[in-house]
This record gives sequence, C-alpha cells and structure tokens, in this order.
Amino acid sequence: MADLNELSEKLSSIKAEIKAELEKKETSKSVFEYRKTIFDSKTGKIGSLMREMGKIPNEMKAEYGKCVNEMKAWAQEMFEEMDEKFRREEMKLRYESEKLDVTMPAEDIKIGYLHPNTLIRNQIVDIFGSMGFEIYEGTEIETDYYNFTALNTPDDHPARDMQDTFYLSDKFLLRTQTSAGQIHVMEAKKPPIKIISPGKVFRSDDDATHSPMFSQMEGLVVDKGITLCDLKGMLDEFVRRIFGEGTSTRLRPSYFPFTEPSVEVDVSCFQCHGKGCKLCKGTGWIEVLGAGVVNKKVLEGCGIDSDVYSGFAFGIGIERIAMLKYGINNIKLLFESDLRVLEQIRE
Amino acid sequence: MLVPLSWLKEYVDINISVDELEEKLFSCGFEVEEKYEVGHDVSKVVVGYVEECEPIPDTHLHLCKVNAGEAGVLQICCGADNVRAGGKFPLALIGATVYATAKDHKTVEGVMTIGQGKLRGYDSFGMLCSGVEIGLTEDMYEGAGYNGLLVLPDDAETGADVKPIVGLDDWIFDIAITANRPDCQSIYGIAREVAAVLGTELHEPALDYTETEVKKDGFTVNVAAPDVCPRYIGHYVYDVKIAPSPAWMRRRLALIGQTPISNLVDITNYILNELGQPMHAFDYAYLEGDQINVRCAEDGEKIVTLDEKELTLNSSNLVICDGVKPVALAGIMGGLNSEILDSTTEVLFEAAKFARDNIRKSSRALGKSSDSSARFSKGVDEYTTVMAMKRALHLIEELNCGKVSSTHVDTNTGNSIEASELKVSVNKVNGVLGITVPTEDILRILKGLNFDPVLNGDELTIKVPAYREDMESYQDVAEEVIRMYGYDHIKGTFMPTAEVTLGGYNLEQRTGLKIKRALCAAGASEGVHYSFFSPSSLDLLGLPEDAWERKAIRIMNPINEDLSLMRTTLAPQMIQAMQRNQKKGILEGCIYEIGNIFVPKSLPLSEYPDELETICIGCFGEDEDFFSLKGVVEVVADTLGIEFEYEAAEKPFLHPYRTARILCSGDDVGYLGQIRYELIDELDMRVDSFVAQIDLYKLKKYYAGERIFTPLPRFPEEKRDLCFVVDKDITCAQIEKEIKKSCELITDVKLFDVYEGMQLGIDKKSMAFTVVYTPGDEELTSDKVDGYVSGLLDTLKDKYGAVLRS
Repeated sequence: MADLNELSEKLSSIKAEIKAELEKKETSKSVFEYRKTIFDSKTGKIGSLMREMGKIPNEMKAEYGKCVNEMKAWAQEMFEEMDEKFRREEMKLRYESEKLDVTMPAEDIKIGYLHPNTLIRNQIVDIFGSMGFEIYEGTEIETDYYNFTALNTPDDHPARDMQDTFYLSDKFLLRTQTSAGQIHVMEAKKPPIKIISPGKVFRSDDDATHSPMFSQMEGLVVDKGITLCDLKGMLDEFVRRIFGEGTSTRLRPSYFPFTEPSVEVDVSCFQCHGKGCKLCKGTGWIEVLGAGVVNKKVLEGCGIDSDVYSGFAFGIGIERIAMLKYGINNIKLLFESDLRVLEQIRE
Repeated sequence: MLVPLSWLKEYVDINISVDELEEKLFSCGFEVEEKYEVGHDVSKVVVGYVEECEPIPDTHLHLCKVNAGEAGVLQICCGADNVRAGGKFPLALIGATVYATAKDHKTVEGVMTIGQGKLRGYDSFGMLCSGVEIGLTEDMYEGAGYNGLLVLPDDAETGADVKPIVGLDDWIFDIAITANRPDCQSIYGIAREVAAVLGTELHEPALDYTETEVKKDGFTVNVAAPDVCPRYIGHYVYDVKIAPSPAWMRRRLALIGQTPISNLVDITNYILNELGQPMHAFDYAYLEGDQINVRCAEDGEKIVTLDEKELTLNSSNLVICDGVKPVALAGIMGGLNSEILDSTTEVLFEAAKFARDNIRKSSRALGKSSDSSARFSKGVDEYTTVMAMKRALHLIEELNCGKVSSTHVDTNTGNSIEASELKVSVNKVNGVLGITVPTEDILRILKGLNFDPVLNGDELTIKVPAYREDMESYQDVAEEVIRMYGYDHIKGTFMPTAEVTLGGYNLEQRTGLKIKRALCAAGASEGVHYSFFSPSSLDLLGLPEDAWERKAIRIMNPINEDLSLMRTTLAPQMIQAMQRNQKKGILEGCIYEIGNIFVPKSLPLSEYPDELETICIGCFGEDEDFFSLKGVVEVVADTLGIEFEYEAAEKPFLHPYRTARILCSGDDVGYLGQIRYELIDELDMRVDSFVAQIDLYKLKKYYAGERIFTPLPRFPEEKRDLCFVVDKDITCAQIEKEIKKSCELITDVKLFDVYEGMQLGIDKKSMAFTVVYTPGDEELTSDKVDGYVSGLLDTLKDKYGAVLRS
C-alpha cells in the first residue's frame, strides 16, 4: 500500500460493497453470516486489514490503524442497525403468528366457597375477637342442667315450652341454645369473662321457616360494674361493623329466664335506613337478637358474687344474619349443599 | 291473646289513638302482633231512613226512597221482608264495601263493592243491608241474625256512619305475652299494664255478692295432691236458671272468637278471658257423695271429657273426682258426666290453682289442650284464683241466673294472697341500667304498677302484689322501671370499668378455619349437614350389624325417623348431597363438610359422648378420579404441615380396588375411595363419585402450631430421575419408602411416570421417580450423589427385584 490515498480508496470501495451487499440481505441470519465473512481475520475484507499492518511503513502505521479502526466501527454500526431492523421484523412476524382470541374462555381453575354460616360466623368472631372476646365452643349434646336448669329455667318453667327440645335421655339433650356454654365458662373461669360461643343448636321445629338445626352465637361478659348501657354500646358497635356505618340498635323489653332485664334488639333497617321497606316490613327496624343483663341467680349458681360482678349476655342467630345480609329466602337452602347455592355466596 | 278495645276500656281510661296504644304497649314489653278494626272490611255504610216504600208489582221487591243524610235521598230497590217506611237500616252507598253472602243469606262468601244496580228495570243507588252483610252476628249485635234488614235504633242519626252504632268501630288487639308475665294473660291484666303506662286510673271489675243462708251440708273438698293443687275453691250455687247470656257478654265472647253457650258456661269462659283464671262449673246433681277429691289418677283410669273423647290416664295426671269417679281432668277439661245442661239447677263452681308443669305435661302427653290448660301451663296466681271466684259469684247475681249459697270451701296450702314486701337499693337498680333514673320517676312508675313504693335514703321498699310472682330482686325492679321509663334512655357505653382481655381464636380454632380456606382454594365448597340422620344412612353404607357406627345415639322424640340418629359418620349425608346435586343436573363438583360425629361411651347415655370433629370431602364428575380426590386430601395434610401415607383398603360402599386408608404416623386417620357402582345406580347418580373422610380430631397431636424457618441450603440441590422396572404389584409407596430411607439428604421423592407395555413383559411395569437431594453443610458433588444412587439401586434390586431402565 503506497499511500494513504490508496488506502482511503480501498476503504471506500469496501464500504460501498458492504452497503450494497447488506441491502440484498433479507434475514438476520444472512446478515449474521455476512458479518462473519467480512470480519474473518484471515479472509474478511475488514478482518484482514489488520494483518496488513506489517506491510505498512512505520511512519504511516498510526494513521493506518486509525483509519482501519474507524472502518471497523462504521461496519459494526451498519451490521447492528441491519440486525436490529431484521430482529424487529422477525419479532413482529412472530407476534402476529401468535395472535390469540383473548375473549376465549380461561383455563378452568376451580375454587370453592365458604358456607354462608362460616362467613357470618367469621365476621362476628372477628368483630368480637378484636374487642377482647375469646371463643368457647361447647358441645352439641348437653345436659338438661346446663341447657335449662342452670339458666334459671327449672323443670316447671313455662319458658321450656318456648323451645321444643330433642331429648336423648332423661338427662341428655341436644342443646336448644348456645347459652348452655355460659355456665361451663363461668364454672371454669372467674371474671373478667368475655366470651362468644358459636355453635349448632336444635329445636323440634321443621317447617317452611324453621330448620330443626340452626346456629347461634352466644356472647357473655362478666366483670365489675357491667350495665345495660354497656350492652347497648357494644351491640351498637357490633351492628355498625356487621351491617355498616349508620346502623343503630333499638332495645325493647322481652323475656329470657337467664337475663333480667331482657331485651329484644332491633337493628335499623340497613336496606331502607328506616324509611320502611319489604325487608323490615315497613317498620324501619329488623329484629336480630335477644340479650339482657345476666340474672343474678345464674351468676350465683356459678359461684360468682353478684354483689361484686355483673354481666350481660346476648344470642345471635347466625342463619338469621346470613339470610338478612345475603337475601337468602329459605333457611333450608343452607343445609342442602346445593352447589348452585354454595357457589353463589362469596365474601 | 285477643283483646277488644271496648272491653279493655271497661277497666282503664284510654284517650289515645289505637296506633299510640300499640306503640305504648310495645314500649313496655307487649308486642301487638296484629290489630284490626272489627268492621275493617266494611266501608261507606250509613244510617238510611226509609221515607217511602212501595211494593213493585209481581215481585217481592220494594222501591224505596231512602234518606242518606248528606248523600241525599236515594232510590233503592230492596228485597227484604222487613223493609218499611219510617224504618232505619244500614245503607251501603255506591262504592261501599260489604260482605257478599251465599243464597242462604248467612254464609259470608267474600267482600263486594256496591255499584249502581238495576232490579226488574228499576235503578237502585245503593243497598240496604242485613246484619250479616256488614259482618255482624246475633251475638255481636242483637237482631243482627235476622234474615232480613238489620233494624237500627230510631234515634240513630240519619246519614251517620253505621259503624259506631253497631260496634263495628271497635278494635281487636292480638297481643303477645312473654312467659314471665302470666298475670297478663287476661284483659284485666293488660288493663293493669295500660293504666301503668298511661298513668291513668284502673277500675277493678265488680266482685261483690250476697250469700244466702242456704248451705250444702256435708259438702267437703279433699286435696290429696296439694303440691300440684295448692289451692282449690269450691262454691255451691243453686236455683240456677240456664238461659242465654245477656247481649253485652255474648258480644264480648264473640269478639274474641268464642261461641256463647249459656249463662253459666259463659261466665266461666268470660272470667278466663277477663281475669286469666280458668274456672269450671259442675252440674251438682251429677256429683255423687257431696264431695270433691283432687288426686292423681290411677294408672289405667278412664275419663270421658266434654268433647266426648275417652282418655286413659296414669298417675302423673291430676283428676277432680266426686265421691265415686273422676269428673274432670284437672285444669284441662271437664268430664262429660257432670256437664252443664239446660236442665241444670244447681252448680259447683271451681276456681283452683294447678301446678303449671303438671298441666303442661299432662296436656302434652294426652294430646289434649284447651284455653284452660294453656293458662295453667303458663301459670295462674292464687290472688287471681280468689278474685275469680268472687267475680263469678257476682256475675251469677248480675245475670240473675242463680243464688249464691254460703257453702264456700277454700282448700289451700297457706300461700298468702296479700302483697309481699321487697326491699331494694336504688343504687343497685340504677347499677343494672347504667343510668340514673330520677327518683321521682322511679316512684311514679312503681306506684303506677301498684307497688306502693316507699323510699328511705337508698332503700326502696315496695309491696309486690301477689299476682306478680316474677318480682324477686333489684334486677326485676330495674326491668319494671326501665320498661316504663323507656329503653331509649339507655345510651351506649363501652364497658369503662371492665378489664382488658385478649380474645380471638386459639390455635385449634384457627386451624379449623385454615383447613376450610385451603379446601376452598382447592376447589371444594363448604356444606353444612344436620347432626342427625336416618338409620337407613348406615344401611346405605352397607355397614355390618356389628359396625361401631351403628351404635349411634337415638333421639327420644325425633321429628321423624329420618332425623332420629346422631351421626357417627359424615359420609352418607355427603353421598346424598352429591346425589341431590346430580339430580338437579349439576354433574361435577366438590363439597366438603367439617362437623362432629357423636360416639357414645355407653348407651343409654350416662355421660357426655365424644363429639369428634371430622372432615368429609365428596367430589364427582367425569373429569374426577381417585387421584383428584386424593389431591384434595393432600391439601389437608399440607395445610397442617403433616404427611399422610396411604394403603389399599376396603369399605363396603367403596370400589374394592380404588379405596385407600389414610395413615398419619401409622395411625388410621380416615379413608378415601370411589363410590361403588351398585350404590351409584341405586341412588340414580349419573357420574363417578368419590368420598373421603378424615378424622380431624386424631390429627391434633401431629400438627405443630407455629412453624420455624429452616435456613436455605448453601449449596444447590441435585436431582436425579430414576426409572425402575418392577413387578406389577409392587406399589408406588413401597418404592418411595425405600428411596427415602436410602439417604438422609433426600428431601423429595415423586413418581412422575408409570408405563406398562409388552416389551417390559406381561407382569412388569416401569415407574419413574424424581429424587431430590438437598445438601447440608457440604457441597454435594455429582459423584457423591451417584454413590447414593448406586447404593439405592442395590437395595431396590435385592428387595423388589427392581432393575434400572435405561
């Protein structure tokens, strides 16, 4: 190579050749192959340029190296560009070939659902659990003593007629109320007591609106200075959390042998907010639970000093709440395991 | 209980509207379940004065000009035989509603609206009505039973609304009475409450009477069972003249749906409703031996009651006898043998108190109930018993239907009917409520309830009338005060004096919920089934006669046989749930239940049985198989952090080759399997169905609560896929167990392929496992693992003849 002019010409022609060749290429693979031939250190048009360094006069070597490196950089950039262009095109084709009808159905991943009773029970437990209530689960089979007598309902008491009881023997029965748990708790534990006791209860009643088995949640607080106002305050908080902000309670006199005074608790209709609708039968109020101040006879029967301690108790019908909240119209549906029912109610 | 407003008003002044009265009753503890105007179906009926009345030729009709006051003078066609000029009759105007009657003019067939009519060519602008047409009976209004027009009094104002004139503007309240207030099971009892809540005066019904000197010599009452009959009052009445009761009494009985019978009988029914005391009247002529004996029946003793039914009694039934025979089933129903007849001339009146549970139990056992037994079952107080006898004797005189002798026998156990003193602390009363009720309100309220309160510092002394058997302590006083003061005074507080407690679920309770959530995530929905089932459920499972599941607890009084046994397995109800779903066309699904089974320690029960928490899972569908159910079962193990093992097992209701026992650390903790085809057919089920039962209660000892973090291995795991050829009946579990045993670094072994084919030989199969070696503190080289594997291969070859497949 005589001089730099010659070199410059040579490089220009290589450039032109590469340009021309690249324009003919149609795939990234052919570009890749071509690149390999151009940069081959023995035979490549560019790769071989450095081998010729030996033939270059010393004073031109620096200049030569610079030109060759520039050439190399130019060529690499060309190839990158070309490569990028083809990759984009090929990706585009690949994507197009993989086009989906995204409206087609999903893969069938089945999930199941908790029973409405469990949902309500969980909500209630969460509410009272956060207020410091422990959970006591009694037994479904109880004695006459715990279900009635200890709850101030002796054998001759007319309140026994309020509940049609399934008897298993003279002494054992299916509990008619989760209140039976109260006594076990008070016998085992001294105040302060804050428990809720959820569970199945049984009454010999089987018609359109009654099921012989249903669920209740009993609540019991025994401590110093507990009053009817505390019952009201706690129930207000409960209904607010379960039926929503703005729901309030109304107490009205009622009767349970183990509380005195006893009250029915109505909740302001969460559907019409008191205006009157079908759900509340136009009254603006829905009856949701029974409650009262624990009868001192019950406390004393459990060895708790009624001069020091007082308490309140309440009983909530789980199905009643579930049916109200979810608009289920027939209690029997809850015990038939019809998947069309079970899969409908979700938290 | 039905309470006519007009009757109630006899004892208490009521100057508020019926809606306000309902509200007041509700607020003090008496829910009005229903209230209605007696004439609620009748409207726009006025007093019509017939000015002219001309017969229409060749018909039974009359053409009348009827003055209807403001509505003008109307032309009316009338077919009644008693229509006449100058008479006043109910006139239904156009648009009025009255009762339509059948051809007999007696039977009400519905409500009709009066329109303009035309009879025989004559226009009629309304209708003159009979008593029946405006909803009256002879008992409700004298003359209303006549088959013709109802004749109104001459002084009735022409054109005025007819309702107030004939009592159709009266109201009936149906009031619910709670079990603690038997004293309110009567109209007078309700009146006492109304007077208290309204602060108005109470008028006691008249109780005075005059005894003649006539005596029934030798008459005695002997109560042999004073524990169940603490008081028995008998009074002899003679010169009895049986006749219909006066109109006012008949009307009151009719308003509460009772049919008046005769003066004597009506007096007893009237007092039952007025005062709440059931009474009985015996025809004295049929009582033998001049005596009454109250005793328990003899076993097998018989009585024919007023409704002409013969009952066979036993010693738990109380009977009223004369000198010879039972004449009444105490508190429930009188005997036919001493019934009041038209010919009756002498009577023994009975007012008694019988123990509420005795009457309740007898009434139930004999299947015989009456208004009387209902009252006694709820409780009758002796104060009222005494009062009722006086009232009855007063009415005898008032109705002039007999003479009151001086033979009066009051056999009692000495219970006082005077008010008793109760002292309570006002602070304690307020302490129950959580508010301070002003003292003057407390005193006003208690005075209104006839408690005659006297306050001395904090000490409140009240006199509890004997009819208030429910009043025992300061809590009862608190209830009286607050129900009258108003529950709206109770303002919510949040237990300011209570100690802070922890609360929430314990580990075991949380675990149950965790399993439920995991099973839901695995595609199963939660069902809840009854705790009792049918004995046929056990047959469904084909359980042998001596199976422990058959030793189930029986309900003594089940609703029916299908709900008579406490369940000992959850499987039958799950199978039935799958059956119900399939019948409704749901052909795939998965359901689980977590519930108790009941295992008696002895039968009949002498101690609490075991209630054992059990999981049952059922799945069905064409895409389901044994292993899909097994997958759900594994979810339970994973959730609890325990491991299940499985071995082939047999159950009478499950597929003989697709049933496994579930083991946990060697304990039998349940089973799973495919339901036998015979059972599927029998139940008309449509797809393969599977059921598993897991004894959750047995798993408690195996699962730990909180899990502790295991540091991640410092070196990578090594995996090996190994494929063995073995005899066909070698199980996966056998090989798996052997692999696990071979090296302590193995953390997972999983079968990923099974192959059977001719080239392996007819009795052979290949099983391919992935084995994971997790290194400990040292790096695990490939060579090391190869060493473990070759040792494993030798063992498998020795034990099971397993050959590595290349």
